[in-house]
Amino acid sequence: MNPYLPREAEIVARTEESPNTFSLHLHLTDGAPYSFAPGQFNMLYLYGSGEVPISIVSGSAEDGVLVHTIRALGRITNGLAKLQVGDRIGLRGPYGRGWPMRAAEDHDLIVVTGGLGCAPAVSIIHHVLTHRERYGNLSILQGVKHTDDLIWREQYDTWASLPGVQVLLAADVAAPGWPGHVGLVTALFDQLSLRTDRTIAMLCGPEMMMRAAAHDLHERGLAADAIHLSMERNMQCAVGHCGHCQMGGHFVCRDGPVFAWPQVRELLGVRGF
Amino acid sequence: MDDTRFLPRQALQTLLDALHRQGYRTLGPVVQDAVVQYLDIDSIDRLPSGWTDDQAPGRYRLSRVDSPRCFAWATGAQALKPHLFHAREVLWNTRRDDAGKLVFGEQEPDVRRLAVIGVRACDLAALELQDRHFLHAIKDPYYGAKRQGLFVVAVHCAYSADTCFCASTGDGPRATHGFDLALSELDDGYLVETGSDRGRAIATQLPLQSATSTQVHEAAAAITEAANRQFRQLPSTHLRDVLFDRLQHPRWEEVAARCLACGNCTSVCPTCFCHAEHDDAALGGSTSQHLREWDSCFSEGHAYLHGFNVRPDTHQRYRQWMTHKLGSWHDQYGRSGCVGCGRCITWCPVGIDITEEANAICTADVPQGESP
Repeated sequence: MNPYLPREAEIVARTEESPNTFSLHLHLTDGAPYSFAPGQFNMLYLYGSGEVPISIVSGSAEDGVLVHTIRALGRITNGLAKLQVGDRIGLRGPYGRGWPMRAAEDHDLIVVTGGLGCAPAVSIIHHVLTHRERYGNLSILQGVKHTDDLIWREQYDTWASLPGVQVLLAADVAAPGWPGHVGLVTALFDQLSLRTDRTIAMLCGPEMMMRAAAHDLHERGLAADAIHLSMERNMQCAVGHCGHCQMGGHFVCRDGPVFAWPQVRELLGVRGF
Repeated sequence: MDDTRFLPRQALQTLLDALHRQGYRTLGPVVQDAVVQYLDIDSIDRLPSGWTDDQAPGRYRLSRVDSPRCFAWATGAQALKPHLFHAREVLWNTRRDDAGKLVFGEQEPDVRRLAVIGVRACDLAALELQDRHFLHAIKDPYYGAKRQGLFVVAVHCAYSADTCFCASTGDGPRATHGFDLALSELDDGYLVETGSDRGRAIATQLPLQSATSTQVHEAAAAITEAANRQFRQLPSTHLRDVLFDRLQHPRWEEVAARCLACGNCTSVCPTCFCHAEHDDAALGGSTSQHLREWDSCFSEGHAYLHGFNVRPDTHQRYRQWMTHKLGSWHDQYGRSGCVGCGRCITWCPVGIDITEEANAICTADVPQGESP
């Protein structure tokens, strides 16, 4: 069994999310089974160029379609951005440890995301809404640098209209008509009604945001191990061999990308790690 | 040492012959390009008889000595790593047809059996660490296939270079386990120990004689002397905790002012495992190979992350290297990632000495005004 070999996937739909962010809806052409857990990622391969780690955005693979939301930032993601429906890429995965959805059952959930950190975390929301009876209240907090960076705006409106779901948005810089908060996402914590003994927080975004959010939530009474976060590092093999994703002793691709805060607290936000 | 036997010097060829009869390709130390390298050998005449090495920070020189010995040197630039974990290796390939359909093909692992003569204790310790990395959690089929066919003929060190510090890491100069056969070199021949069933099977094909107690004592004394000759050592504190307590130590900046971030240390390190993956597409556009190639935490792209670099500065890269090698290896594999071979000291073009830096950072008090 070669852990490095991709499978062929066909692009069955493509969504433009923002001027530089797009979603690829992929169908594995070999018809072999595929399943994943929320928070896991795949390695996507652009023919002739190489692979990039991209989190899985869809709630499940039951309809045979896997959705990946990608920002065109580097050589390979810019190449992926040019592909159209019907084009083929490589896909291998899923990899890593996802969100602790089982441990979070019977708890309230706070999902705090920043920028495109919403992508690795949106599978949490899909999972909770699919299995609504297993979870308590769901608070979704998303912060962006500029309101133009916000993707899935209609989806946030839909979620906000559901019972037991609270959506709070923040932007550092707001265009006219912005209904959300102007400032840091952590400033929204005052609007949460925390039941600290039965709440689990899941964070994904810039490291400094996650560090500040984890400290803040902990000070508000959340246990340190009730706070989970998804880390991002350079990943080339996705199986803990190539060494690029190391953060201290952790191979983020294999031991993470989702960690309990105490596991990564020592080096979280420390420059150079 | 109960099964220790003696092989006369001129009979060493019988070992190569026995390995060949078992289908092994045989590698041994050869002087080439002014360095001892492990190359294919069919004859013991290619062994570096009468050569020794003189190593110091940033310096490696071979010189002649008046001795028939073939293993009177300490280490070359590389030992086992490049033969099990290739510096450049194809993992898979892709064929794209006219309709744009992709077909992925696996590169078959190299299953040829390889015997290496003259493996040092430090290199055996490094082999065990690479085994843990490439085989224990998720198995790498390429390393695994080559490892499975590996036959190790160790040689206990009777000589230490000035850069050696394996006694300090506990990995040498005697090879204690992990070999199929182990040799101690004397002027007139070799003491032979067996370490595995495969080793015993080969040993039965050699014209072995009884070893005298004088020979056994002479060999043991030489290993002790090699250990006593070492003067470099790592701090004896718990390096994992101390290093991570001292991430703001001014020494990181001082060493970075000397470090060229060239990656020589990680290339010659027998435990460094980092590698980059990339595609090599054919000009015709219909096929592409996916390769891996040794990478270094000192390289510009190692910590690249969507448009920014996690480690833009040299002091961050040196700190990553040392805190990993001496620190977080403990978290990952239960021990330090350093086996005391001293190669990173010898092959550093500016002579940075890992033992000196680790001692400066870990044993001295943190200078006033610095909060760790």
